[in-house]
Parts: sequence; C-alpha cells; structure tokens
Amino acid sequence: MTTEVGSETEVKKDSEQLGPDKAKDKPEEASETPVNQKSRETSSEEAQDSSSVPAPTSQSSPGSQKKEKASPESKGISRFLPPWLKKQKSYTLAEPKDETKKRTTGEEQVVEESEGQTSEGVAQPKKSLEEAAAENQHNVKANDKEEKHSVSSAETQPAKDGKETEVEKVAEEKEEKQEEKEKRETKEVQTVEIKTEIIPQKSPKKSKTVQCKVMLLDGTEYSCDLEKRAKGQVLFDKVCEHLNLLEKDYFGLVFYENSEQKNWLDSSKEIKRQIRSLPWIFTFNVKFYPPDPSQLTEDITRYFLCLQLRQDIASGRLPCSFVTHALLGSYTLQAELGDHDPEEHRSDYISEFQFAPNQTQEMEEKVAELHKTHRGLTPAQADSQFLENAKRLSMYGVDLHHAKDSEGVDIMLGVCANGLLIYKDRLRINRFAWPKILKISYKRSNFYIKVRPAELEQFESTIGFKLPNHRAAKRLWKVCVEHHTFFRLVSPEQPPKAKFLTLGSKFRYSGRTQAQTRQASNLIDRPAPYFERTSSKRVSRSLDGAPTGISDQSLLRGLPTTGGQAAGDKILDIEAAGQAKLKEGGEEEDGSPVKTPQLELTQDGKSSHETLDIVEEKKQAEVGIEETLVVDETNKGKMQVATDAGEACKVEHLSKKDSSSLPSDSSSSSSSSESEDEEVGEYQPHHRAIEEVIREEQEEEEDVKRKEHEEKIQHVEATAEGSKLSVPVEHTQVTTEDLVQENAVTIATEEKNLSEEIKQDLGEEKEEEQLRLNGDVSHVDIDVAPQIICCSEPPVVKTEMVTISDATQRTEISTKEVPIVQTETKTITYESPQFDGSAAGNAGVLLSAQTITSESISTTTTTHITKMVKGGVSETRIEKRIVITGDADIDHDEALAQAIKEAKEQHPDMSVTRVVVHKETELAEEDEE
Amino acid sequence: CRQALRSAAGPEVDFARAEREYQLYVGVLRGKLGLQVLELPADESLPDCVFVEDVAVVCEETALLTRPGAPSRRKEVEAMKKVLESLNLNIVEMVDENATLDGGDVLFTGREFFVGLSRRTNQRGAEILADTFKDYAVSTVPVHDALHLKSFCSMAGPNLIAIGSSEAAQKALKTMQQMSDHRYDKLTVPDDAAANCVYLNIPNKGHVLLHRAPEEYPESAKVFEKLKDHMLIPIANTELEKVDGALTCCSVLINKTSEL
Repeated sequence: MTTEVGSETEVKKDSEQLGPDKAKDKPEEASETPVNQKSRETSSEEAQDSSSVPAPTSQSSPGSQKKEKASPESKGISRFLPPWLKKQKSYTLAEPKDETKKRTTGEEQVVEESEGQTSEGVAQPKKSLEEAAAENQHNVKANDKEEKHSVSSAETQPAKDGKETEVEKVAEEKEEKQEEKEKRETKEVQTVEIKTEIIPQKSPKKSKTVQCKVMLLDGTEYSCDLEKRAKGQVLFDKVCEHLNLLEKDYFGLVFYENSEQKNWLDSSKEIKRQIRSLPWIFTFNVKFYPPDPSQLTEDITRYFLCLQLRQDIASGRLPCSFVTHALLGSYTLQAELGDHDPEEHRSDYISEFQFAPNQTQEMEEKVAELHKTHRGLTPAQADSQFLENAKRLSMYGVDLHHAKDSEGVDIMLGVCANGLLIYKDRLRINRFAWPKILKISYKRSNFYIKVRPAELEQFESTIGFKLPNHRAAKRLWKVCVEHHTFFRLVSPEQPPKAKFLTLGSKFRYSGRTQAQTRQASNLIDRPAPYFERTSSKRVSRSLDGAPTGISDQSLLRGLPTTGGQAAGDKILDIEAAGQAKLKEGGEEEDGSPVKTPQLELTQDGKSSHETLDIVEEKKQAEVGIEETLVVDETNKGKMQVATDAGEACKVEHLSKKDSSSLPSDSSSSSSSSESEDEEVGEYQPHHRAIEEVIREEQEEEEDVKRKEHEEKIQHVEATAEGSKLSVPVEHTQVTTEDLVQENAVTIATEEKNLSEEIKQDLGEEKEEEQLRLNGDVSHVDIDVAPQIICCSEPPVVKTEMVTISDATQRTEISTKEVPIVQTETKTITYESPQFDGSAAGNAGVLLSAQTITSESISTTTTTHITKMVKGGVSETRIEKRIVITGDADIDHDEALAQAIKEAKEQHPDMSVTRVVVHKETELAEEDEE
Repeated sequence: CRQALRSAAGPEVDFARAEREYQLYVGVLRGKLGLQVLELPADESLPDCVFVEDVAVVCEETALLTRPGAPSRRKEVEAMKKVLESLNLNIVEMVDENATLDGGDVLFTGREFFVGLSRRTNQRGAEILADTFKDYAVSTVPVHDALHLKSFCSMAGPNLIAIGSSEAAQKALKTMQQMSDHRYDKLTVPDDAAANCVYLNIPNKGHVLLHRAPEEYPESAKVFEKLKDHMLIPIANTELEKVDGALTCCSVLINKTSEL
C-alpha cells in the first residue's frame, strides 16, 4: 500500500509540476485537447523513461541509470522535467475515466510502480512549480532528448507500444504507469514518437547513430538507428522487441564477411568492433536449435523456429527425404493457409511455396495430398507437428564447418547440442559428445579437441583439425564454446580474466543457458501474443532468386555448407562485399583480420608448419591448460562481477537484463581482448559435479542479482523513497487527510495539489457513484475471493490540468500559455487486510522478476512475476494487475468482473487484494483561457 | 545355393534340409505372423539369390537397390527391382560403379543407419545410402573379421541391439555407441551368429523375435529367452549358415500393404 502511495504521490507531483509538464507537454500536447490524451499517454510513456532519468537526484534506480547513460545532460533538467508528470497528465487528462484496478497481491507491482513513481515523485516535489515554469523550456528540451532515448527504444515498433514495453525493463517500469494511462490509443502514441524521433537528432549523443538493417525470418526487413557504439545486445533486444519475442536466447544475429562466413554478433561487445567496416546489415537467425521444441513455452517462439527451419530446408542446408519434404510442406500449408479448401486451393496453389531445394511436381502433389489430411489443425498445432518431424532430422541443429583432418582429407565438423560430429561427405565418421571433450582450443587455423581417454586407455588424446584459416578456426571454437555452455551448463562460465596470460581469447558465452532460459520462460505468463504468420511464399520467392548453385552444391555434397544461406543472406553478402570494396576492402579475403596484416602473415607461415606437428601442438596445448586453470581460479572474485554489472548497466542503456547478465563480458570487451584476431583460444568444458554446481549456483544468484540489479535497487529505492515521499505528500495534502491514509497516498497522487478544494457537490455525486461501485465490486469479489475490501472514503479532489494549447510547438516550447483544467478525481480503494502483512514480509532475496503486459481495448493486464528467496525457501509470486480504463460508455464493473473471472480461471489460488476505482472528471473548460 | 559364395570351406550344404529350414522360415512369417510374403523366384544361375537382404535396403517408402560387393550377385538386383516396383516404393538404384553395398552391412535402428565398411561395402556405397535416406544419420562402422556388419549384430527390439561376444562384435558396438546421439540397450549373446535375429513389431502381436534355435546355440538361446516382452520364435538355420547366411539375410522387411 505504501508503494501505491508512492505512485500516487507521483501523481500529485505531477499535478504540482503541471507547470513544467505543460512545457513538456507542449510539444506533444500542444495541440492536444482532451482528445490528445492518448498521445499524451504515449508521451507519458516516454516521459516515464525520462522521468526515470530524473531519479538520479535521489538515487539512481536501474531505469534511471539507463537513462542517465542515455542522457547524462538531461539529468539536471530531468529533475525539473516531470516525465511522469506527463504521464500523470495523461492520467488526469484522461478525462472522466473510471479506472478500476484490481490487484492480486499487488505488492510487487506496487513496489515497482512506486519505484518508478517515487523516484519521479521525489524529483518532482523538489521543484517548485515556479521553478519548473521557469525552466520549462529547458526541461522541455531535456525531455525531448530523454524522450528520444526512450523513444528510440520504442521507436522500432511505434505501433506496438504496448507490446514493446514488455521487453524492456525500462519499459516495464513505464508500462505499469503507462498501463493506466496508455490504454487510450496507440495511434497518438505513435505520432508522438515520431515527433520525438525527429527531435532527437539535436541531442549530442544521438548524433552518432547508424542505421541498421536486420533481415528477419519472415523475409521482411527491420531497420533502426543505433548508437555507433552500441553493443550487440542493444540491437538484438530491439529486434526481439519488434518481433514480440520473449524466449530469445535461442536466437541471434548474424553478419557475413562474405557469402560463406557467417559470424554471430556477440551481444556483449560493441557492434562496431565486430563488424568493422562491414555494412550494418544483420540476419536474425536461430542460434541454438532446441532439441525438443515442444518444451518451448510460447507458440510465437516455435513459429520463428519453424520459419528458420523452412529456410534451412528450402535452401538445402537441412537435408531431408522426399517424404519428409512433403510432410513438412503440408504442415507449412496447414499453418499458413489453414484447412485445405478444394475451392480455393487449386492445383497451383502449392507451387508458390518452396518446400525443397528441388521441388518437383510429384512432391507438390504429395504435399497437397497430405495437406488434406491435416484438416482441423490450428496453425500452432501445425507448427508443432512440423517441428516434431523436423527435429528428428539428423542434421537438425547441426552447425557445419569445413575442415580437413590430420591427413588432409576434407571433412565437416558439425557442432550440435550433444557435441561435435565429424562428417566425411554425408557420412558420420566420428562423434565426440560434450562429456567426452576435455578441452577445445584453436591455434591459428588449427582446431583441437582434447578427448577423455577411452575405457582402457590411460592417456587423453588431442585431435587436431585444420580449418581454412584462423578466423574459421576461431569461429568454430566460439560456436563450440557457446553450444557447450548453452546446452550443457546450468549457467555460463565466467570468461577467464587473463591477467597473466596475454595471449588467447577470453571469449565465453555470455547469454543465458538453455536451463536458464527454460527457467525464465516458465515464468512467462502473458496471454499468447497475437502474431501474423506471413506466408512463406515471400520467403520462397527470395529463395527462388537465390543462386541455385549453392543449394545444389549442398545437395550434391550432401553436406550443407557452413555458409550456405538463404537468398536473403546472399544479397547481404553481396552488399557487404560491395561495401568492403568501397572501404578499400581486402579485408574480407579469407576473413583475415584487417588490422594486423603483419601478424597474419607470420601466422600463416607458422600455421602451415604447425599443422604438421600436431604432437608439438599437443604439448603446448597442455601447458596452456594449466595456465587457464590458474586463471580460472583467480577469476572467481565476485566483486568484479558486481562492479562490472554496474558498468554494463551504464553502458547499455537499453539492454536491461541481458546487459546486466553479461557484465563480465562487458569488462573484457572494454579491454582490448575483443579483437577477432586472437590466435589462440582455449576452453575447457567443465563437468565437475558438485563444485561446479555450487559455483554455478552462486553465479546464478549473481546473475539474478545482476539481472535484477536494477530492479532490486528500484525496489529498495522505491520503498525508501516511498516513505520519504509520503511525508511531503501529506504536507501537500493537508486537506486530504480525511482520505484513508494508505489510500490517501494513492489518491493524493491523482489529485492535483489543488485538492484542497474539495467540492462537496461533487463529493455527493461521487458518493452515490461510490455506493454503486461498491456494490458492484463486492459482487465481483464474491465471485473471486472471499476476503477483502475495506472501502476508503472517496476523496474528491479537484485537479488542475495543464494543457498546452499550441499543437504546433513541439520543438519550441513556449510555456506561457497554460490552460488550467480542473479535473475531479475520485479514487476508491478496496484492499484486503492481508495485503499489508505480506508487503512487509518481503525481505528475501529477489531471484528474478518479470513483468508482462497485455492489452485489450479497455483493459490492461500486467502480470508481474517475482521469484524471491526467503530463508532458503524460494517463493514465486505472480501478481496480476488489471486496469480497466475508458470513458463512461464502458461498463467498468462488468469489465472488472470479467477480468477478475479470467484471472481467477488462470490462477485459481489467486486472491484479490485490492480494488481501486479511480474516477476523474474534467470540470474545467471554464478555466481555460 | 550349392554354389553359393562362402567365406570358408566347410561341409556341404544339405540342400533338402536347407529347403526345409527355409520353408519353416517362410511359414512362420506368413502363417504364424500373418505377414504377406513375396517370394522371389529362385534362379539357379544366381546361387546366392536366397539372401535377398543384400540387394535392397527398404526404409519407409523408399527402397535402395544396392550394388552388391560380390560381382556375381549384381544380377540378383533385377528380380528384386521388379517386386519392389510392384509395391509402389520409391526406388533408388545404386548406379555408381565405384560403389558397393550389401544390405547385410546396413543396420537400421529406427533412428539411424549404421553401415559396416566391409569387404562387400565401401564408403561410396554408404554415401549413396546416406543420400537416399536423408532424414537419418548414417554412420560408418569398420567391420573386420566378419562378412557383414550384421554377421554379429541386429536389432532385437525397438531400442535393443543384439550383439555377439567376439572382439570384432564388441568393437563395432563401441563404435556404434560412440557415433550415436542415442543410447541403445544391448543384448549380448555368446555366439556372434546368434546375434543375428529378426525383430518385427506386428500389430496385435507386439514384439516378435525370430532367433536361432536352442539346438544350435543353446547359450545364446537362453539369453533370448530372458526377453519377457517378446514373442520368441526359435528358427534353425544350420544349412544356410554354412554359406554365411543368417536369419536376416533371407528377407527384406517392408512395412507396406501390397495390393497384389
């Protein structure tokens, strides 16, 4: 409840700050009349972002940190800027809405809200309206900048604001606030964003942006602007947000040095340093093929996996038999076209799709025949069936690399979930499961695996392979490290901190492991997101365009080439090549690093020798091992991790969790170790049972801490601030004292400072309404939960709204014209008594937190899932917050009842802890100029 | 079969007895198990033609006609081709003159193929098999001291490999275990020859296993008799064994209803 107070206080502040807000609002709201509220809401989102920035004054909340990074300059301004004010405005402006909020154990949510709000609130209260007004212009500018930042994250998907928010932490924070406010209309939001986007260029930081293009799996292209120094994670998060993808750890971004060499973009490192002079063009791909796709949580994830596999199959990378081609094709048809319709689906309908590299009439007939048998399968079911069949293919999830064995025979090395496969032509000639491999290393163009001794043998053996060049060797090594970590470990290993070793790659997989991502996705509790299945016709066309040579080759050889790509990729390659040439090229040849031509030359010379002396290499390698071990131990310090995390946060504004989880890498990345040219790299797949488990657990905790670093801080801050805030709030609202304390806070927020003037007339009306509401609500409650509901007396507060009438002034903010609109706000809060106690008990360690938002026309549901560890017992808490917003024409009670009912169905054990009815009435056109 | 190729000189084949054993084999499949049995016409010019397994590998809807390692057997493929065509299978012929493959070297586990590289089967033959059955992993297994891979092993259940006890057999098994992503159960029998059995999964009859008779390999038969879930049918194969024939050699199992 206290938390809520915090949020409300914010509102109050907003009202207070309305003056400043006005200024801010101007750009957005200028033209806005009540109608604009929607836009404001959107703006409010942005504002929220910005608002979080201001937080620095008191304490930097995670969000604030990000923001700070983004707009350090704006900080000072940010204080004055009431981003939330904007939000709040939208709130108040929201016209006569009745917001009924249902919170089931909304503690956490509340906390979060309060966090964001509190920070805002704190900042706001400091500023007096006057000051604010004076500084309005400044603020406005600052806001704009801030908004830009925030927008930038959101920009990618202007239309999807609601969805976008889910992805980013910042967004999450905002979301909650937004939820209340947002409900209005995305359209307006979009416009606002666009405007903001335009503005951003002014900000100094943003000036260094680069346009990125990402080819998506459905054949469409996504583009966005990135800071030049942005890390891979930023782009990846944007893409995932755009795709509305939560289970993103299976995916990655690829860039091509040439048509054959595909590189995974390391999310923990700066993009620029990885792609160098290559164009900023990437391909979104599946990186880790889940061995059992049915264990994915969301259909949308399976859908993207299907798209990837369709590409793989049509391009010949994933070989399958005639029958399987036909079967998979038929599931594709079912997923994309639905049931076979003899009317609509004449003989030709199939040839527009590409199911196989060499598609024959016969195959198409077979596909059609099978399609008819799938009648009744939903698209999601068809996808699942598709995956069930595709996952059994022997080359499913195998990443192939060309190599030669010690005798110079051409072979392929395939990296997969279970280990390393060796192919000669299409035949599997050997296999090394991960548990068998003690060490993976590369040296120049050689790649080594050290294998556990066989049953009767005493000695470990090292097997060497020759890769085409050292970058290929490193690429293979990295892929191995990543696959091993992802599929075999519980949590990623810390990269070695080579204090003593100057040589060698410190690369380690820094993302989440499959275990972690599964754990995380278990917490996904959003309603299945809607997405459109674009017809693979499009894809197939691009594939058709692809040089048949490649697919044919792979077919003939039986082995998909590593670089074998869909047509899209090739196009990219071409472009890339072009650019490279422009940039004096020469780099792309053999993927040799441009930077150190000398080194390479020497390397090459050596490498030829070294390949021959595999024995020698072994010795060296073993020495290396010892060293690495030492290094490992020294690396265990956790302190660094923490600091790193902090740094990471700062560096990557937008990358929330990921950035935080990757701290160690960020540190390494900051060092010069990034270079792709390292000649040597070692990795020891660890299988130590207990030790590792312990360590991994620790790491996990750390991870969690890091991940929730921001959030935690926010929590703490939030509560702290909340308490602090509550004081000032009380001050302001002397008049409001009648209001129930806790509720009062909430109410207070919504009230503008003018709340002192309570109109009794209105009060009466409100009372009536309240009664009604109470009745309804209680009715609802009966359905839902037995407990509950202390009814707070409905405070009637007059709210002053600041509306900026100048629509045209967006960039410039003339603050002078500030129409004051009086809004009456009425809030009724019902709370279950239990709530307080539970709120107090949150002393555990936060393991993870997740917020998911879904929206319908008038309803916003926020699900906040938190994992806490209290005294060794882990507790998962799911809080749903349902906010129903709308004008009078919506039957809120019914909507509320419905929402509760639905929630109850999903979570039978749920209890309703709080019902808030918030009503705002605009009084005031009179006051306007 | 009197002139059948043989790996080692030995006692004469008792043709009458071989005929009886063969009739019993067919009788079990057709009569007892209710399978549709298509018998290829005997051809005296092709003494090894009874070992039909070697000339075709059938998996699902696809049949690969092999190019047997023994030149004298290449013509056996023609008769097989006619029959398979009548079954409407997708037929792939191994035309590469550098390729040799005997079906006896092909172990299909239900999840993947193992192909023995033997005197009769070479790498190229295995590659063509891999190209034919693209859905499945095809791993090669060096075979020493035996005619075929399946001279000492076979499938005895959905996930069960019957394996002989000889060094060659055990070595091959290890190779297979290492090459596979899947973990198979193994059924080790004392006699290599007994490890070649015929497993069928027949609707309404469940797991059916044709194995060598106790009179021939008493110790191995005891091992089979421990399989509780299987319908066990002992079958003697003493005569054809003299010319390297095993139980699986005499049939190609096709999961398909013939319209004939």
